[in-house]
Amino acid sequence: MKYIDEFRDKDLLRKVTGQIERSATGTYTFMEVCGGHTASIRRFGIPSLLPSSIKLISGPGCPVCVTGMEYIDRLAAYSLKPDVIIIVFGDLMRIPGSDGISLRKMKQEGADVRIVFSSLDALDAARKNRNKTIIFAGIGFETTAPGTALTIRQAEKENIDNFLVLSAHKLMPPAMETILRQGNGINGFICPGHVSVITGSDAFCFIPEKYGTGCVITGFEPSDILLSVLLLVEQVNNGIPSVRNAYGRAVTRSGNHIAQKAMLDVFSIRDAEWRGLGIIPASGLVPAGRYERFDASAVMPVVVKPSSETPGCICGEILRGINEPSDCKLFATVCTPENPVGACMVSDEGACNAWYKYGEMYG
Amino acid sequence: MDEFITMDHGAGGRRTQELIKTLFARSFDMEAPLTDSAIIGFDGGSVAFTTDSYVVDPLFFPGGNIGKLAVCGTVNDLAVSGAVPKYLSASFIIEEGFKLSLLEEIVVSMANEAKNAGVRIVTGDTKVVGRGKCDGIFINTSGTGLIQHDRIHTGKGSRVEPGDMLIVNGPLGNHSVAVLGSRKGLSFTTPVESDCTSLNHIIDSVFRSGARVNFMRDLTRGGLAGVLNELAEITGKAIMIDEGSVPVDDPVRGACEMLGFDPLYLANEGKLLIVTPSNDTDAIIEVLRSFPYGSKAAVIGEVVPGNKHMVVARTVTGGKRIIDVPSGLQLPRIC
Repeated sequence: MKYIDEFRDKDLLRKVTGQIERSATGTYTFMEVCGGHTASIRRFGIPSLLPSSIKLISGPGCPVCVTGMEYIDRLAAYSLKPDVIIIVFGDLMRIPGSDGISLRKMKQEGADVRIVFSSLDALDAARKNRNKTIIFAGIGFETTAPGTALTIRQAEKENIDNFLVLSAHKLMPPAMETILRQGNGINGFICPGHVSVITGSDAFCFIPEKYGTGCVITGFEPSDILLSVLLLVEQVNNGIPSVRNAYGRAVTRSGNHIAQKAMLDVFSIRDAEWRGLGIIPASGLVPAGRYERFDASAVMPVVVKPSSETPGCICGEILRGINEPSDCKLFATVCTPENPVGACMVSDEGACNAWYKYGEMYG
Repeated sequence: MDEFITMDHGAGGRRTQELIKTLFARSFDMEAPLTDSAIIGFDGGSVAFTTDSYVVDPLFFPGGNIGKLAVCGTVNDLAVSGAVPKYLSASFIIEEGFKLSLLEEIVVSMANEAKNAGVRIVTGDTKVVGRGKCDGIFINTSGTGLIQHDRIHTGKGSRVEPGDMLIVNGPLGNHSVAVLGSRKGLSFTTPVESDCTSLNHIIDSVFRSGARVNFMRDLTRGGLAGVLNELAEITGKAIMIDEGSVPVDDPVRGACEMLGFDPLYLANEGKLLIVTPSNDTDAIIEVLRSFPYGSKAAVIGEVVPGNKHMVVARTVTGGKRIIDVPSGLQLPRIC
């Protein structure tokens, strides 16, 4: 298949891994901050192709995993209200909130919770159910936020007044900065491919400039990921950190201006709570100004009690790259994809889910 | 908190197995291994007996409809058990207000598919429930078939040995993707058609070729991944597949890449896994390829020595990954 097979060519991969082996003279720890990368790395068995001196760790790249319990509790509270339809992306159904609550459980008990692939499908549900309030769970980084922004604009244009968004949209660069400030011995970032399509590669320039850590933006095919590892190894060896774009077929320096404009137009940037990382200044997006009337938290506030993580769950440490899934006592024993305790086990993109499914333990 | 039945209990994965083992099989005193059909011995022979209910959404999809599916599914459950399917029952639960013309179309498909498969639908039942009490129409079919003594082991895998090869009769995932593409409310369309078909003739030809079939199973809910894990569990052996040799049509691959599905886990309605000693591999491939729905048959892996009953895939990059038991639901109501 075009645009896929050429990036999975075994000879090409062998060439890159050969070069990595020759270049890797020290020890290296690189963090990927995109759930898509986490899933690809496990799915293609990338660690088994790398020398043991190179360690890949998973950062806060899965939007579902960094969403606080309180967000799920809020959606659950909305789902109990009469004439409300909750619309979500599929991964959100199983995320545990407080006291073992989840949207899947709410649905089993009669709440109207529906899954869509696109925020526009949520708007369509609003058109078709004018006597109900549609609450769309807006979740994701710079990748999905523009889609939600355009959907809200469309709702305004058509004057659809029964469509609300509970936004958990977040920005990636501030989270990377938080991780750097906490200092975790990361020698380089594999920067998120899809996020970079929107933000452009320049959005990461502050990382080498301010923190001296190298960045390589790359795609999701095995050759993309191996190339990013090679480029990061070279940066560490040379001692010259910079932002390199290994995903030139999709990413430019300044990104997608239309998407950026839509985001800035519809959302205002606020401090946001990240599971495992705490409150990160200026990292969340909420509909504001003339679009505030689409913000569920402003129009239809609900009160939920403060939540706390399950004892023993180390999702926070895993997201910060301090621990690996196998360090967690709950991993694969109490916490499994059927019964996720922590958010990292829920989504296909979560570090724990990927480890469980693709079996890091067996190499 | 009370426990409830979840969609996962019906997804054919771990939860379904748990429910069957801890409630149904225990209460009904059913004997392990629980295969697609029960084999009932009597003086002078054995009969295979199976049942299945169909709740697919939407009722009509490219390549078939709920009626065709209800016949193929039960025919295939009998055939992979080594039986020659003979007689089917058909029971209908219909929602008040359902269009008679649609019912006729569904029933005609059932009649046609029964004719293709060479089985007779000989008994049935009709219930109508009030509006909103079921989703249009649900169909249950049960079936029986005669099973020759030398084919009885095929559903149980008791003869599987290390070194045996794994064969599938064609590309995976078409049914799931076709159903998904025709579902309302999802902005996703695809040119893919369901592979929904009766496999009893192709299976009979494989048996008649004289090639040894050590295990056979249709790749429905839970997909290839589900069946391989079941095989590993019942035989206690390790299984290695070569991901690059698993046939997947390009439009299905594209849909999977885009939507994040793994074709190994997607349901099929006209695909089967055959496990055979390596000497007989070529003979079986030749038979399969002589049928239109076996033209892309391929050897995808083997049973390997070692007593860790697990399934491992060599990835296209040359790396390795574990193929775990399907958990939860990739897609609801695909059959």
